Amino acid sequence: MEMPAPDTAVLDRKAEIVQRLRSVLPRDAVIDDPAETRAYECDALTAYRCPPLAAVLPSTTQQVSDILRICHQEGVPVVPRGSGTSLAGGALPTADSVILGVARLNEVLEVDYDNRFIRVQSGRTNLSVTGAVEGDGFFYAPDPSSQLACAIAGNIAMNSGGAHCLKYGVTTNNLLGVTLVMMDGTVVEIGGAYLDAGGYDWLGLICGSEGQLGVVTEATLRILPKPEGARPVLMGFDSSEVAGACVADIIKAGVLPVAIEFMDRPCIRATEAFAGAGYPDCEALLIVEVEGSPAEIDEQLGLIKQIARTHNPVELRESGSEAESARIWLGRKSAFGAMGQINDYMCLDGTIPVSELPYVLRRIGEMSGEFGLDVANVFHAGDGNMHPLILFDANKPGDLERCEALGAEILKLCVEAGGCLTGEHGVGIEKRDLMNVQFDAPDIEAQLRVKDVFDPKWLLNPAKVFPLETTARRRAG
Amino acid sequence: MIRPETEAALAEAVASADGPLRIVGGGTRSVGAPVEGAALSLAGLSGVELYEPGALTLVVRAGTPVAEVEEVLAGEGQRLAFEPMDHRALLGTEGAPTMGGVVAGNISGPRRIQVGACRDALLGVRFVDGRGQVLRNGGRVMKNVTGYDLVKLMAGSRGTLGVLSEVAMKVLPTPEAVATLTLHGAGREGAFDAMTRAMKSPFEVSGAAWVPGAGAVHLRLEGFAGSVAYRADRLIALLSDLGEVAVETGAEANAALWRAIRDVEALADLPYVWRVSMAPGALRAGIRGDLDRTARFERLYDWAGGLCWIGMSAEQAAEYAPLYGADDAVSGAVRFHRDLQGAMADPEFGGGHATLVKAPQEVRAQVSVFQPDPAPLDALARGLRAQFDPRGILNPGLMG
Repeated sequence: MEMPAPDTAVLDRKAEIVQRLRSVLPRDAVIDDPAETRAYECDALTAYRCPPLAAVLPSTTQQVSDILRICHQEGVPVVPRGSGTSLAGGALPTADSVILGVARLNEVLEVDYDNRFIRVQSGRTNLSVTGAVEGDGFFYAPDPSSQLACAIAGNIAMNSGGAHCLKYGVTTNNLLGVTLVMMDGTVVEIGGAYLDAGGYDWLGLICGSEGQLGVVTEATLRILPKPEGARPVLMGFDSSEVAGACVADIIKAGVLPVAIEFMDRPCIRATEAFAGAGYPDCEALLIVEVEGSPAEIDEQLGLIKQIARTHNPVELRESGSEAESARIWLGRKSAFGAMGQINDYMCLDGTIPVSELPYVLRRIGEMSGEFGLDVANVFHAGDGNMHPLILFDANKPGDLERCEALGAEILKLCVEAGGCLTGEHGVGIEKRDLMNVQFDAPDIEAQLRVKDVFDPKWLLNPAKVFPLETTARRRAG
Repeated sequence: MIRPETEAALAEAVASADGPLRIVGGGTRSVGAPVEGAALSLAGLSGVELYEPGALTLVVRAGTPVAEVEEVLAGEGQRLAFEPMDHRALLGTEGAPTMGGVVAGNISGPRRIQVGACRDALLGVRFVDGRGQVLRNGGRVMKNVTGYDLVKLMAGSRGTLGVLSEVAMKVLPTPEAVATLTLHGAGREGAFDAMTRAMKSPFEVSGAAWVPGAGAVHLRLEGFAGSVAYRADRLIALLSDLGEVAVETGAEANAALWRAIRDVEALADLPYVWRVSMAPGALRAGIRGDLDRTARFERLYDWAGGLCWIGMSAEQAAEYAPLYGADDAVSGAVRFHRDLQGAMADPEFGGGHATLVKAPQEVRAQVSVFQPDPAPLDALARGLRAQFDPRGILNPGLMG
């Protein structure tokens, strides 16, 4: 993965730049010792690393504004960083960049149940947003797998989803307002505790822009009353095609489960060995969860089971207790950990139309054979957001490259099937060079023009999202 | 009237335009500042391109009438869940609302509080920018974070950044049952209490409106029959101290009631209508104390009290004029509009936005119809228009 060569003029001025940053920040908020900047050399895409010029840890919007103003004046690239859980390399630095970490911006600023919102600083972790309101019966809906660690800032940058977004939507559907600091230091308030402002949809544009348009320091988020209860049903099928058809039938029937999760045999076996969740040994497994009162759940699960029976399931197990529900979810939630125990893996994130599931799963199986690498599938089937895990051995020469090549082929398959490269992880550096597969040159150019408006000097997270050759002229200034 | 029949012809029409274009869908929503320019109609770009009920996705050409889409969806027991408002009754317009128009205005209805707005259901767009270039963004899948979300940007940009040629939407199943709980005789406090309690409950209210004139709060529940009945009982118990609650479960009666709320029929006879969106708690106290004291107007609350439609008669508007040394309805409406938007911009008040939806052209020409953005956002808006429409020919002036 190529990254741009660092600007030697910036590297040469490191001391002055750090000095200027120290002038607006507390002593411990500027990190420039090479031994310490290593902590910021990568995010969760650990295959690529590069320590930044410096890292700064502001604790106020004003400090963020000061940092950006200085970097703007000095021509220093800035890489915003939430909690560093990006699987796409969204927070990977370059040697001439300043990492702007929002970890110290972690306060709850306002909770308003009557109006159903919470306002937080953006470094607060996803789960701790729900933590701040669940005692009063509310929750924040988007729930990425990394929710224990990931920051709201990163959720907004990547428009994160999660297992329950089939019903509740992703970040962009739950974001009401942000405080945005532009690269020149200007602070802008967008939206607030109300819906659908009348001008351009700035919130929609900011959400998912991978930290390239501005730095979000505060966010107003929609919170929802917790449902009375939830219960999953587990179903096993003897082929992925049949499981896919069952998903389509459930959706068509008018049931709106909160989650429909899918696992295939390689994944089932690995998680069974790891977590012992008691899954059946079958080709494909679905976990379907619905919400409501006990009677409402019975009504919905009754219909779902009726649909499932028409597809001859090899297993159909409804949870009868909290403990059984936890056990059904245990395997799914430990799937990535389980795969990590037995192999190195690369997690893809393409989305496809639900109707294409059987075809795409079959093709992935064939491609897996062609490349000689195993692929396990575990994903959000209800919305077609796939997570093929390509298993490889990082210690075996050439295996990572083969894995990346297979990954690229699978993502191309997703696009050909009418889908997209990434459903919830973001492009980052990982899928940057595949953007040409999904978009024609003018479509990419239109997006670059948006960045031109927000960040004319192309200093914010500049080497991400778009193929380097399409942005070279702009980054050169 | 320019009326292309294909996307390529649309692109050619924009590329070869030698002056401003006024983009027309069904022509039913003349909201915004008046636009001078040659009419560019999308009526020729009509039809469903793809409909997959099992994937809840629909792709249509921008000029497709909403009614046609609703009929196709109904055939599979599905619908546009965001319940787009039909502006014809309120604005006294004719023609047929189109999907492109709905998207361009980000038009949603009462169910917005439960399922999101039009922009939340929009999965992908194809459009022609001011250079005459065909562009696309998004796609037809439910989750997509590939590149910038120009899909959301196009929703609500009212043709000022590009002319929509095709839109992909997420649709939802139509539930088998519906019930509306109506609380009669509720005053302001009782009405806001009822709506707030309902929205804080786990009972998934899909509509919450207060019609002060009729003194009625309406709360809508939808879903499977057993579930609707259960939630209705629970909600009635929750509201029992506020008054008698009547329940309507008839499909047709419910459709008519919520259509009337969606389309703001109660204010249709008035010449001046504003749309105000704020936190329900902020609106609970009224349209800021001083405006409530100094002006007379009719109102209708939707979105659990977060959306307030304000209607003024010519007489009521004229009453507001003497505050500013005038005596006519037009001056009164212009002044009221400015005071209303000023109240929204007051940070003490919690923030919000007011849009002038209906007024004679001479009023709309004098004011900023949409809530003005703060200076940095206004600069970004101009920057975007300069990038997407460098010649300034797409609905110029409509959004500033």
